[in-house]
Amino acid sequence: MTRQTLREAIVAALKSVAPEADASSIDDDERLRDALDLDSMDFLNFVIALHRDLHVDIPEIDYPKMQTLASAVDYLEGKLPSSP
Amino acid sequence: MADFRMPSLGADMDAGTLVEWKIAPGDKVARGSIVALVETQKGLVEVEIWQDGVVESLVVKPGTKVPVGTVLATLSDGAGAQAAPAPTPAPTPAPTPAPTPTPAPVAAPQVAAAPVVPSPVALPPSAPDSRVRASPAARQRARELGVDLASTKGTGPHAAITLADVENAARPAVAAPAEVPVEPMRATSMRQAIAATMARSKREIPHYYLWLDCDVTPAVTWLENDNRSRTVTERVLFAALLLKATALAVREVPEMNGFFTGGEFRPSSAVHVGVAISLRQGGLVAPAIHDVDSLSLVAIMARLRDLVGRARAGTLRSSEMSDPTLTVTNLGDQQGITSVFGVIYPPQVALVGFGAPTSRPWAQGAMLGVRTVLTMTLAADHRVSDGHRGAVFLGALARLLGEPEKL
Repeated sequence: MTRQTLREAIVAALKSVAPEADASSIDDDERLRDALDLDSMDFLNFVIALHRDLHVDIPEIDYPKMQTLASAVDYLEGKLPSSP
Repeated sequence: MADFRMPSLGADMDAGTLVEWKIAPGDKVARGSIVALVETQKGLVEVEIWQDGVVESLVVKPGTKVPVGTVLATLSDGAGAQAAPAPTPAPTPAPTPAPTPTPAPVAAPQVAAAPVVPSPVALPPSAPDSRVRASPAARQRARELGVDLASTKGTGPHAAITLADVENAARPAVAAPAEVPVEPMRATSMRQAIAATMARSKREIPHYYLWLDCDVTPAVTWLENDNRSRTVTERVLFAALLLKATALAVREVPEMNGFFTGGEFRPSSAVHVGVAISLRQGGLVAPAIHDVDSLSLVAIMARLRDLVGRARAGTLRSSEMSDPTLTVTNLGDQQGITSVFGVIYPPQVALVGFGAPTSRPWAQGAMLGVRTVLTMTLAADHRVSDGHRGAVFLGALARLLGEPEKL
């Protein structure tokens, strides 16, 4: 999975938990919680959506590594098998 | 004579618009069935019925706005005679407005035969014949733009129609006019409902406030460890602990749990905790999770997830709106907010607030350390309790959070 497709998967997960917010226009370095007004329930649902779509397990202790789109891409890239 | 009436779905509701019937004449209905969709100032609500019977007639047509108490339908027992009136409309006394004057724009009689008031805002031409899920903001925007929700594709949770869906559907129609007053109109009716309720609360309820800083390090640590053994879909949020602890604490101090109506306090034997849920498009609702004191943390978490999802999708149920016996507001997700002093939802008599757990210097005996500290607040009704009992309540809450494994 390329970084671009990974980014798109993350945005899709965000849209699924916060359809009222505009996840498409978020900047890479904006804090997701602030930019999309996510509460802890939304964030947990976001993590569940990523688990469902990408088959990755994100422990609570790693939530701080998912604060922005850029850091989430970095983190998930490390969790997923390398692209051929 | 058994009548099904427009229910009061909270102290801020004076009237509601019947959006859709889920029943037809001749249908059998059972206690707890969802029989209608009603739009209030705070959004769409699935209305349940609290008696068994057979539908004789539907008195009010979809698209009609009527005051609380208006007969919407009549029931019989199915043998020619009409069903006996239900002993109670809901599991607990519905928090109907106190008989004191309110600044309501529409009178809210508690009696039958209330006049039918035509809706000042017409529904889209084709009132939905089938179930339409839409957020409150989407419904309001659809009315403003004349969008037919029944033919709009939803992209939200459970295919609910979102604000963006409505605006996308209306795009060709609104392309020509340059300026549409979108922002000033959005969520106006919900803001008016909140304003009316909060103003009534501050006018009628002599609030007193207490707060207590609580070392919640043991609870946070316990939950982190407990969640490690759970799958991601079974994780429990700290908010679930707070709800359970609150419910157990009010069992010890029942003056915090019930309704002040008719000039006296009516304690509730059940603990239905209203959960303040902010809506991203603006405003908030505070529907109930029923019998929180008897639920496990996992069950509370499941109910909370369901409730938040449906609150934002606009599919709450009437019993959830009318049943809260006290309310919890949790601003723990807002960075830097350490405390909240809330306004009681009448006719409830207490509101419990939680700020964000933060790392703070904390003295334990002669030692100073850094602990995770939570400020818990209580807004309570001085007609029902005094500061001493409020302090006992907060003390019980702190003690319960200190033993999270027992929650």
